[in-house]
Amino acid sequence: MELLNIAKQAILMPAGIRDGDIEKIMGSLLSAPIDAADIYFQASRSESWVLEGGIVKEGSHSIEQGVGVRAVVGEKTGFAYSDRIELPVLMEAANNVKAIVRQGQEAQVALKTRANWPKYYVAADPLKSLTDDEKISLLRKVDSETRKLDSRIEEVIVSLVGTYENILVVSQDGLLSADVRPLVRMNVSVIVVEKGKREQASMGGGRRGDYRYFVDNDVALDYGREAVRQALVNLEASEAPAGNMTVVLGAGWPGILLHEAIGHGLEGDFNRKGTSAFSGRVGERVASSLCTVVDDGTLPGLRGSLSIDDEGTPTENTILIENGILKGYMQDKLNARLMGVNPTGNGRRESYAHLPLPRMTNTCMLPGQHKPEEIIKSVKKGLYAKNFSGGQVDITSGKFVFSASEAYLIEDGKITRPVKGATLIGNGPDVLTKVSMVGDDLEIDSGVGTCGKDGQSVPVGVGQPTLKIDGLTVGGTSI
Amino acid sequence: MQNQDQINQLKNIVQDLLDEAKRQGANAAEAGLSQENGLSVTARMGDVETIEHHCDQGLGITVYWGQRKGSASTTDLSPASIKDTVRAACSIARYTNEDEYAGLPDKEQLATEFPDLDVNHPWHISVDEAIAMAVACEDAALSYGSEISNSEGATINTHQGIRVMGNSLGFLQGYSSTRHSLSCSVLGQRGDSMQRDYWYSVARNANDLEAAADIGKKAAERTLKRLDARRLTTHQCPVLYAPETASGLLGSFIGAISGGNLYRKSSFLLDALGQQIFPGFVRIHEQPYLKGALGSAAYDGDGVATQIRDIVSEGILRGYVLGIYSARKLGMQSTGNAGGVHNLAIESGSLDFQGMLKQMGTGLLVTELMGQGVKMVTGDYSRGASGFWIENGEIQYPVEEITIAGNLKDMFKHIVAVGNDIDYRGNIRTGSILIEQMSIAGE
Repeated sequence: MELLNIAKQAILMPAGIRDGDIEKIMGSLLSAPIDAADIYFQASRSESWVLEGGIVKEGSHSIEQGVGVRAVVGEKTGFAYSDRIELPVLMEAANNVKAIVRQGQEAQVALKTRANWPKYYVAADPLKSLTDDEKISLLRKVDSETRKLDSRIEEVIVSLVGTYENILVVSQDGLLSADVRPLVRMNVSVIVVEKGKREQASMGGGRRGDYRYFVDNDVALDYGREAVRQALVNLEASEAPAGNMTVVLGAGWPGILLHEAIGHGLEGDFNRKGTSAFSGRVGERVASSLCTVVDDGTLPGLRGSLSIDDEGTPTENTILIENGILKGYMQDKLNARLMGVNPTGNGRRESYAHLPLPRMTNTCMLPGQHKPEEIIKSVKKGLYAKNFSGGQVDITSGKFVFSASEAYLIEDGKITRPVKGATLIGNGPDVLTKVSMVGDDLEIDSGVGTCGKDGQSVPVGVGQPTLKIDGLTVGGTSI
Repeated sequence: MQNQDQINQLKNIVQDLLDEAKRQGANAAEAGLSQENGLSVTARMGDVETIEHHCDQGLGITVYWGQRKGSASTTDLSPASIKDTVRAACSIARYTNEDEYAGLPDKEQLATEFPDLDVNHPWHISVDEAIAMAVACEDAALSYGSEISNSEGATINTHQGIRVMGNSLGFLQGYSSTRHSLSCSVLGQRGDSMQRDYWYSVARNANDLEAAADIGKKAAERTLKRLDARRLTTHQCPVLYAPETASGLLGSFIGAISGGNLYRKSSFLLDALGQQIFPGFVRIHEQPYLKGALGSAAYDGDGVATQIRDIVSEGILRGYVLGIYSARKLGMQSTGNAGGVHNLAIESGSLDFQGMLKQMGTGLLVTELMGQGVKMVTGDYSRGASGFWIENGEIQYPVEEITIAGNLKDMFKHIVAVGNDIDYRGNIRTGSILIEQMSIAGE
């Protein structure tokens, strides 16, 4: 109830929209014979601060608000949105979207409120968790402490971003759900130079919480230290190898392997349409028996976590792969209904101006038995990829890439020397069948992930223990 | 005329923003406003799948307190919101530091001529007509061959918008523009091999779009050609970037000579002005005043006049890509590129696509790239690729699940030829580009 009041005050009250108005709009939507409908209200405020060249150079503040109206019949969707939260605008939007079907009878809707559900973050405004003076001091401190670390540091760029978002979603049965979503993110990027050779690296993190997270336990200073460490390693790096070889992936952020190689391919829309390399494969073996992979939106405070998704469905810990067997897909309401399964709380949208799609939250592989040292020791010749930047997948062919940003050669069971980052390429449906060792060191990434699909960006998390893959193609230049 | 009234109305809002900034004590300000309406319709498996009505607006302001800067933006254009937004920007400017390079352009740098660039051609297409066209486009793909097994649909997008920008030096300009596109993506299946490919057309004027049936056919043809793709062995060979992938190479070049990367010293082309970056036959130029083109603009994001100019001639880097701020940081002049380049083009040689294949002889034709894999600070390049294996200038078989790698500095120096098979669909216009040798990683 409390969340609902916060969200109503943030979105509906300034616009003068009352419960009766929402009932009227939904009633108008339902006057056509539709299967589902929703109205999604959103109001968000965000800010960003950037320090560069030793000075706090830029700050910006932005307000985004609006409402999206959707009607669904069968596989067909009508959608309209506006940044004006006004009754006539909403009625027009409702009229536009129900044009997806022929006119029907008038309908009555009474709003009701969702009973209590678990919350995985605090409904507080992160922008107010530090004063502007404190935000500036934090940036300056990270800059000066980072610069002290090494004389080869040439430039340090520090950014701090916070968003406070309120959403309210009403489904066709009149059920009203609300969420208040804080999100903070910090990043430190450094450039180092030695004898005319330059390298760049960055490290950051964040969560659904407030800025205090970066101050407590010197988390922000650790980002600076880590960025400098990576940049200096890369100064020493030689040409990356090219070809098929054993690859050991580090714990944490290298979990984007899971996100790209299998995650997208297990989203409900692709599988309902039969366009994914994983379509129709539930119950089949898609990974070695060492692999259990979940998508878990319920991990407290994580960047990819949500208490409810953007259709008002509470999130879950969804098992995707259990001991190597494909168990199920991630679903929004539309695809769940068409596939005859339950939604899994994965219906997400970038904003009111976008349609919900089945999307990941935090995608993780559960830990196994081996010590990371044992895994390295077992490799005669291969690559240890400790850190990654981004990735991409073609869900139809199953081919995926992800790019290492910090990597080392493994020779005779030992990590020998750093090599330049390179793109790794593989085939989603069989890469996990080549997993031969799983570490006991599950780590969740530091909170940096943003996933793009159909032009929509949403924050996500990934996690995995150290993994050994017997054969992945490494795209270096050294042949 | 109605359009002009709307532009004037939005100009008034921008002027109000600038006036409010002055009233609140800012000594300079710049502001922008955009409003956009659109329709997008997708048909899949012969029937309408989604109908989306778009309606976006937003305004943003940057204020200067002396050399300190603050910005704010909102989607709410009401007078109360304008006051709040200016207040938010001013409040931020109290906390940022003095930056000697911050500020508006000098008055004489601002654009003074605003030719009609022919970029506004509203498409009065009804929802029903759009559905019919999308269905026809997809149908051309689905009926292309029995191995076309599934579809991601065909989508029509039409957008019409107004952009206004102004600053406290008296610059206040606005224009309307349109952008329409039609795309189609289908799947093909042969045995266990499943592939997807797409084709699209985009234009300011709907009359310039490729015919719906041709787009569908091309999508289907591209998809079928990819079936039964193989891998390649790890080795070095020549690489021909098809036009749709070659634009990315030029995009990386522009990134490396852009002000932000230069003053942050995060480019592999630092201090490269006047140096030989490409072979002598390469000319890369900007054409901001092309009528009806997607990248046309009379002024940049600072209000500075855009320039018709050679960025590279005889293979030598003649100019950077700078806005006001980065130019001042570098002690140079703005090149009218705040926000990017305008209709960038690389001059073509005499060979068409077939001729380029012949010129390569044996090597890899790349038609799709995956992942980011470009490190701006070093020029190190490693990306996932798919395409075709070529022998004696003839396509042999499709390839996938390989990477191509090199260093952009070397790749640029070893461009062998640029084809005249130009892709006009983007802000970067290029034919296919042949690189002498790159590392392929595969089996």
